[in-house]
Amino acid sequence: MSNVRVLVGTRKGAFILSSDGKREKWDVGGPHFAGWEIYHLKGSPADPDRLYASQSSGWFGQIIQRSDDGGKTWHQPGSAANEPPEQVVRPVGESNKFVYDASEQSGKPLTTHQWYDGTQHPWEFKRVWHLEPSLTEPNTVYAGIEDAALFRSTDGGQTWKELPGLRGNDTGPRWQPGAGGMCLHTILLDPSNPKRIFIAISAAGAFRTDDGGKTWKPINRGLRSQHIPDPTAEVGHCVHRIAQHRSRPNTLFMQKHWDVMRSDDAGDNWREISGDLPTDFGFVIDVHAHEPETVYVVPIKSDSEHFPLDGKLRVYRSRTGGNEWEPLAKGLPQSDCYVNVLRDAMAVDSLDSCGVYFGTTGGQVYASADAGNNWAPIVRDLPAVLSVEVQTLP
Amino acid sequence: MIRVVLPQHLRTLARVSGEVTIEVNGPATQRSILDALENSYPVLRGTIRDHVTHERRPFLRFFVCTEDWSHEAPDAPLPKEVASGAEPFLIIGAIAGG
Repeated sequence: MSNVRVLVGTRKGAFILSSDGKREKWDVGGPHFAGWEIYHLKGSPADPDRLYASQSSGWFGQIIQRSDDGGKTWHQPGSAANEPPEQVVRPVGESNKFVYDASEQSGKPLTTHQWYDGTQHPWEFKRVWHLEPSLTEPNTVYAGIEDAALFRSTDGGQTWKELPGLRGNDTGPRWQPGAGGMCLHTILLDPSNPKRIFIAISAAGAFRTDDGGKTWKPINRGLRSQHIPDPTAEVGHCVHRIAQHRSRPNTLFMQKHWDVMRSDDAGDNWREISGDLPTDFGFVIDVHAHEPETVYVVPIKSDSEHFPLDGKLRVYRSRTGGNEWEPLAKGLPQSDCYVNVLRDAMAVDSLDSCGVYFGTTGGQVYASADAGNNWAPIVRDLPAVLSVEVQTLP
Repeated sequence: MIRVVLPQHLRTLARVSGEVTIEVNGPATQRSILDALENSYPVLRGTIRDHVTHERRPFLRFFVCTEDWSHEAPDAPLPKEVASGAEPFLIIGAIAGG
């Protein structure tokens, strides 16, 4: 029988939740890296025991952690795992070094972006928001960082290099931070085309490369954002999350600041699919593992009130690829619930009966083993959840 | 021998408990102590001062003999009590956050 491992990043550490394929009884492991912010942790599709974690702190900056045994032990890449401390070959100290590329060879990517007040501001590294392991190579992993840029490691996280063509995009001076900072939070690797990568930045928008990361173009046509001076501008849109089904890599679903959107041409054109949602503000969006037209969102009241409508936590599901949505509330709190669900905090497993998972800023991680019909908390009292990822294990 | 006291989180990262001791070539200064510390514990690179500029991270402070040396020049000689090991070089996280 298959097993499921849920990787949870929180404000105060990482937790690993494990169950068999029934997904009824759960073991809770952690906290790992107690007291640190864990923005994201994710496993390699090519080697499920290889996990990467982004550990950060306002005091001490960025740390990258890696596990080669499914989260039992961790180390900073470059150090040896599973050795007593006195025998550890200490890390070379480069695994947390994220330095923007401003070299002549790469075309000296610009070094300023738009600040909140409209002036230009230098790029400053703050933290890694998202780690996306390669679909095929366990030692290759991408990092989306704040201030927005894309980095890649090909040595298991020991060293990192920027893909400077993204930040060197002509639109860079018009990128601006959202309320949470100017973060690159979404990285989608096209399973059918290794040269194609989609990324999203708050608040710049979505971008695509078709040449393995050398050059990038904005893919925001069709987005409308009333809070920016030109609602249909090429960049400046606060994209919160993009999701994709493996079988249809040209179809993308987007939860924008406001509006749920869809593209069927790899982001070249978008159309709104908010339909009958009670509010189309939100952060997460994901797609059913086996039904590419089944999409999930968690509507949030508004950009100034980051909690569910009327204190009722509801996932909304569309089985029609958007526009027609049904509330899923069975097992979720339906009164006095004022949590948020952050952009990286929803995931699905790939068991026959698709499991759906999400975490809240109130510290609950909810799971549904039947595609959203019924929900139950795996845990209720973790620190605020920043990210949720799922591994379906043989 | 110079004694250095790290914040709890950095002791965990460096896999040490209590104070750490280091040897410094030449005068004991903030820079020479941090260079030696990072050389002995490379995992601490980037956690106390910036990887590239070597500037002190904003929420950290350096204390010596009960005095705040955070804003002194990095190459200024530290009191002899630090060089002799009589007093530790304290790296302290600002009290902030929840």
